[in-house]
Amino acid sequence: MAKAKLDKEKLLWMYRMMLLIRRFEERTAQMYGMQKIGGFCHLYIGQEAVGVGTVAAMKKGDYLISAYRDHGHILAMGTDPKPVMAELFGKATGVSKGKGGSMHLFDNEKGYMGGHGIVGGQIPLATGMAFAIRYKKSNQVVVCSFGEGAVHQGAFHESLNLAKLWNLPVVYLIENNRYGMGTPLERASAVWDLSQKACSYDMARATVDGMDVLQVNEAMKEAIERARQENQPTLIEARTYRFRGHSMSDPVHSHYRTKEEVEEQKERDPISSFQAYLLDKKILTKKMADTIEDEIKKEVMDAVKFAEESPLPSLESRFSDVYA
Amino acid sequence: MAEITFREALNQAMAEEMQRDENVYLMGEEVGYYNGAYKVSQGLMEKFGASRVIDTPIAELGFAGVGIGSAMVGLRPIIEMMTFNFSILALDQIINNAAKLRYMSGGQFKIPIVFRGPGGSAHMLAAQHSQCLDPWFCNVPGLIVMTPSTPYDGKGMLKTAIRDDNPVIFIESESMYGFKGEVPEEEYLIPIGVGDIKRGGSDITLVAWNKMVHVAMEAAAILEKEDIEAEVIDPRTLKPLDEQMIVTSVEKTNRCVVIEEGWPYAGVGAEIAARISALAFDSLDAPILRVSSEDLPMPYAHNLEKEVLPSVDKVVRAAKKVLYI
Repeated sequence: MAKAKLDKEKLLWMYRMMLLIRRFEERTAQMYGMQKIGGFCHLYIGQEAVGVGTVAAMKKGDYLISAYRDHGHILAMGTDPKPVMAELFGKATGVSKGKGGSMHLFDNEKGYMGGHGIVGGQIPLATGMAFAIRYKKSNQVVVCSFGEGAVHQGAFHESLNLAKLWNLPVVYLIENNRYGMGTPLERASAVWDLSQKACSYDMARATVDGMDVLQVNEAMKEAIERARQENQPTLIEARTYRFRGHSMSDPVHSHYRTKEEVEEQKERDPISSFQAYLLDKKILTKKMADTIEDEIKKEVMDAVKFAEESPLPSLESRFSDVYA
Repeated sequence: MAEITFREALNQAMAEEMQRDENVYLMGEEVGYYNGAYKVSQGLMEKFGASRVIDTPIAELGFAGVGIGSAMVGLRPIIEMMTFNFSILALDQIINNAAKLRYMSGGQFKIPIVFRGPGGSAHMLAAQHSQCLDPWFCNVPGLIVMTPSTPYDGKGMLKTAIRDDNPVIFIESESMYGFKGEVPEEEYLIPIGVGDIKRGGSDITLVAWNKMVHVAMEAAAILEKEDIEAEVIDPRTLKPLDEQMIVTSVEKTNRCVVIEEGWPYAGVGAEIAARISALAFDSLDAPILRVSSEDLPMPYAHNLEKEVLPSVDKVVRAAKKVLYI
């Protein structure tokens, strides 16, 4: 683990949030199996340290935008799990009123700008928000998360060029989980070290262990500072791994990766390693860990209950929110 | 009333709206220092500065998305497509983001953005620079599509588009920028979804927009010499369509020809014909005909290009066919 430079409260928040995301998604998988949730559903399990380490470095008023593997991001931004689960259930009480689903979670009030389904499509949007921040001379920062699959899209390259050209306060975060669906990075990318892409645009860059929440947090704090103080963008690659399939319809391991590989990666579990670190530093006790586990279990069950009991969207509601 | 060119009318609309609301800005290729590829943004950079009139690299997908992202957090961008041919590179942003973000988020965002620039054919530019993409945008829920035919309409419609809280596709015409028309000094706005009767008549309805209005007007003048009074309807907004104005006209004339610059297959003309059939079938004395561009990529050679496009002659012939003369 990287050395913690954070107060106890923040460290415990990080631990708690990673665990909430993990338990929320384990329950999500179960509900998907029971056909309470439909469509494409991409779990973040294994990658929690990236989203949580990132959000822990952000301030109120900053924006986060990400791709379709978004449950972890919206929860980390502070949205109540209840309307998130309700959205997955396609209920009227969902964050997007049942019109978005798993891939399109949004919470504008909390600064979570979505949940985007087209690979790389959110990267120009993030760049535009950063443009607006400069235009309005406000002091916010945008963090834009995407998978390593998105760095091959034109949208990524056009955005990085504009961000550097115009000095925009944005941090681009590659969550490299090694596979674009079933295609490993080495079969998709001409380079292995993805933050090298920043060099083309003379942009600051960093590479971190995405399984280490403290390392992610440190790199993100530095990049956010650079954005806020100097209006300079950064490209960060966080090397992580997804423990589940690409989506719920993809098995954990199949011809594209072996069971052994997945098991080996699970040894790097970001939550258990962080728990061990906190126990070792006596920031967390076994008893506290048990209490947190119980609280989270209840919080997730309450979310499921809320989703379960919420009404379906009215049929008339399909006509609203098309135009302002 | 002063007589000004189409480009001046559009320029005035942008300048007035930028003056009125500091959140309005203009972004695109060559809009600033160069004063616009077609000089529509002439003088705007001088007036409003480089922070509000922003030159971009050639990256349509990127800057279209930048516009949309900035609209999500409260700005009101005008994104100039040097021509709509290049908007094809930006379609993912326009269709998947601008048109859908409000819906997918359950109404959490407004996307007040205008994508404007010339569409349709121009002279001898061949297949990639001379095409009418109106129906592509009309097919997408969440977008508004406006396309003016006169300087007066252009100014009033563009001001409305900029003030609207939705994404508006605003299609102008390269070959009309020099057209002159009367534009009042005082402020006026032309509402979305309201057509205009460009010429009254009782024998046949000609529906046309953008520069096809002028083809229809010329055809109507020829028909008049043969004592045929054509009514020319310019819907001005293609989505949402002023179908009531068209239906009312057809109920009076009982005959209709739709003139469009786009390709016939799944075009806006097909949509209009379908709506008339559904809403005014009993009024029709003849099938509705369409005069479109031929279903071909645009050829370069002048004689071929002329043949492919709708013409006054083709409109007159179609009108006579539905009049059975």
